[in-house]
Amino acid sequence: MKAAIELKNITKTFGSVVANKNVSLTVNKGEILSILGENGSGKTTLMNMISGIYFPDEGQILINGEEAVIRSPKDAYDYKIGMIHQHFKQVDVFSAAENIILGLNEKKKFDLKAAEKRVKEIADRYGFQIDPSKKIYDMSVSEKQTVEIIRVLYRGADILILDEPTAVLTPQETKKLFAVLRRMRDDNKAIVIITHKLHEVMSLSDRVSVLRRGEYVGTVKTSETNENQLTEMMVGKKVTLNIDRDEPDNPTDRLKVEHINCIDREGVRLLNDVSFTARSGEILGIAGIAGSGQRELLEAIAGLQHLNDGVITYIDPKTGEAENLRDKTPMQIRDMGVRLSFVPEDRLGMGLVGNMDIVDNMMLRSYRKGKSMFLERKAPKNLAENIIEQLEVATPNVNTPVRRLSGGNVQKVLVGREIASSPTVLMAAYPVRGLDINSSYTIYNLLNEQKRRGVAVIFVGEDLDVLLELCDRILVLCGGKISGIVDARTTSKEQIGLLMTKLQEESENEE
Amino acid sequence: MISTIISKAIIQGIPLLFGSTGEIITEKSGNLNLGIPGIMYMGGSCGVIGAYLYERAAETPSPFWCIVIPLLAALAGSTLAALIYSFLTITLRANQNVTGLALTTFGVGFGDFFGGSLTKLAGSGGNLSVKLTADYFKTSLPFAGKCGAFGEIFLSHGFLAYVAVIIALLSAWFLKKTRAGLHLRAVGENPATADAAGINVTKYKYLATCIGGAIAGLGGLYFIMDYTGGSWTNGGFGDRGWLAIALVIFALWKPNLGILGSFVFGGLYIAYSYISGLSRSAVAIFNMLPYVVTIFVLILTSMRNKKENQPPKSLGLAYFREER
Repeated sequence: MKAAIELKNITKTFGSVVANKNVSLTVNKGEILSILGENGSGKTTLMNMISGIYFPDEGQILINGEEAVIRSPKDAYDYKIGMIHQHFKQVDVFSAAENIILGLNEKKKFDLKAAEKRVKEIADRYGFQIDPSKKIYDMSVSEKQTVEIIRVLYRGADILILDEPTAVLTPQETKKLFAVLRRMRDDNKAIVIITHKLHEVMSLSDRVSVLRRGEYVGTVKTSETNENQLTEMMVGKKVTLNIDRDEPDNPTDRLKVEHINCIDREGVRLLNDVSFTARSGEILGIAGIAGSGQRELLEAIAGLQHLNDGVITYIDPKTGEAENLRDKTPMQIRDMGVRLSFVPEDRLGMGLVGNMDIVDNMMLRSYRKGKSMFLERKAPKNLAENIIEQLEVATPNVNTPVRRLSGGNVQKVLVGREIASSPTVLMAAYPVRGLDINSSYTIYNLLNEQKRRGVAVIFVGEDLDVLLELCDRILVLCGGKISGIVDARTTSKEQIGLLMTKLQEESENEE
Repeated sequence: MISTIISKAIIQGIPLLFGSTGEIITEKSGNLNLGIPGIMYMGGSCGVIGAYLYERAAETPSPFWCIVIPLLAALAGSTLAALIYSFLTITLRANQNVTGLALTTFGVGFGDFFGGSLTKLAGSGGNLSVKLTADYFKTSLPFAGKCGAFGEIFLSHGFLAYVAVIIALLSAWFLKKTRAGLHLRAVGENPATADAAGINVTKYKYLATCIGGAIAGLGGLYFIMDYTGGSWTNGGFGDRGWLAIALVIFALWKPNLGILGSFVFGGLYIAYSYISGLSRSAVAIFNMLPYVVTIFVLILTSMRNKKENQPPKSLGLAYFREER
């Protein structure tokens, strides 16, 4: 077997963050290689260096045995490398064929009919189903993905890199995709798929390379390994972080979620029969691979996501009365006296207004408070100053637009504001994403303080070590379903890692 | 009678056709150039200036130069105006609406200033006229008069009218059937995608805006030469520039539909003169008709919500590669 790509000691840093460190691996012709790793382990960065989006700081890339310099996606095409990204770059009102030939400067006369014929040929050869004249806006996600793959093949790519290709597909579509990929492998193409789904790795790939926190862990043959070994390679040994954790003080039920289901417009099940209870004085962690339904779950509780069925009950801490939150608007939820604070994962999209300063952003939560027709700016200004002082937000002053602050400081402003409204339920999605260690601990302490005050905290995190040390219980989501709720004090990293990937495999076996 | 009305509607429609074809090309690159009225005005005034200076300088003006000089002057003036717009919005990423409106104000002022100055210079009763040049522009086929109604409708126009139709047809073909047309549409729909596909977004935006501006400028020239017969009056162009922009919407961003649309607009524009006994204010109401029809089309297309009939998706937005 000949090597198509060889990476030698590749290192890439962004500022002070090391995305890839000394990574060496080989992709052979006529094989499917999986790159396995958790979120943020550097898989996509590594592949982006092969496809010309980034340029490595150190190390060599060898294509077909010769050293290659890849500075742009065009260079990558010249080396016959094509990458299919997670977010498709397509023009909606164009047909499949128009998108496929976009940007090509062939010598031949421009002929859409001929291009459509070639698209059809490529599709037939590998077993894709596609109508070349269909418009993108009429297509399902899987059809759009097909367009992307054919686009790459149309340009003559021999090396295909797919970034989490199954993240948006239904199980049936995934099966079809895999069949196509196997046919390409048999056609002697080199295929790399980036994934964190173990069962896909096991069923599809010939070899698996594992990355963990930017470092290369190793490569194993799929036939000689099993899921437990791969999980261990992926999550690594447990690291002790020394985050404070008190025993929950007199926990009582605060929020009951019963059998909620959520199906999106394209018929994909985002939440599947989810039931759990959040208790006061307790941090409930939510673990899961990105896109397993975490966002939808939090949004459903906050009243931002339409549910198909199920009940969400809130139990008032003072009166003990139960109230139904289901299908109420966020404003109604507030008016009922139910206080939910929500730290969305997309902090500048949903949480804050980038062009407004810190004080104005504080007022987004309090602008209804004043009695006169003029805005009350004093209280929010005090609040902003308090947050800046207590959370050590690095900002010139309170009037700086939040867009100019660094990610960590934006996060602090957002979390600070949500906590300041003294909630009874606090939901935080990835509140430490992109923060340095010190800021992360500040946030953990804030959450712990809320817990001590009897708030029911729901914490969505991606770092298993943090989840294990911060939370009291951990709910694991997998493909919109709860695959387990475990006691954080007694469980192990491996157990959670398996739960994160397990369920889908079972559901696939059922078919 | 009917053939006269149609012929007059066509004459009214041709400047709009030039303007809307130019604006469609521009908008397909994602640039909403509201400076088109100003650009057309500048095209017209530059043409007149060119013609006037040549007529004065030459002892016996030759027909060839009488056509070419105003043509080049109009093209140069309008391209320059479009270039200003391109530089401000594409390179400096200024707000397109503000830039366009400012350019319209500038273009009208430019035309009035130089047109007015020339009128003064000419001294002949405050009337600047390049009748000789205009007559060359208006020359139609010699046998047009003998062909009855057909001749009156289709053959009685100066060459620029046919140029307008040909440019519109060529533009439709270019946008639909050529690789560069596909790339241009991609730039206007989704510049990030076009950029990732290796298309030079800046180049396409500049070229489309400048060529679009040049085409629109010819509309101003046609108005002066064919419609008014070569005499310049400050403000005489009226609201035709805005009508051209309305026509873009009416034509659903399709230059070939623009041909038909321009004649409909032209007909509506002069409809009042064929209804007897209208008061001044009633005439003003009739002049609104094209806009009313445009609003009607807008309502219809947004109700039907067919994706192909919508404006280019990134229309009015500046493109930053770094901002994702």
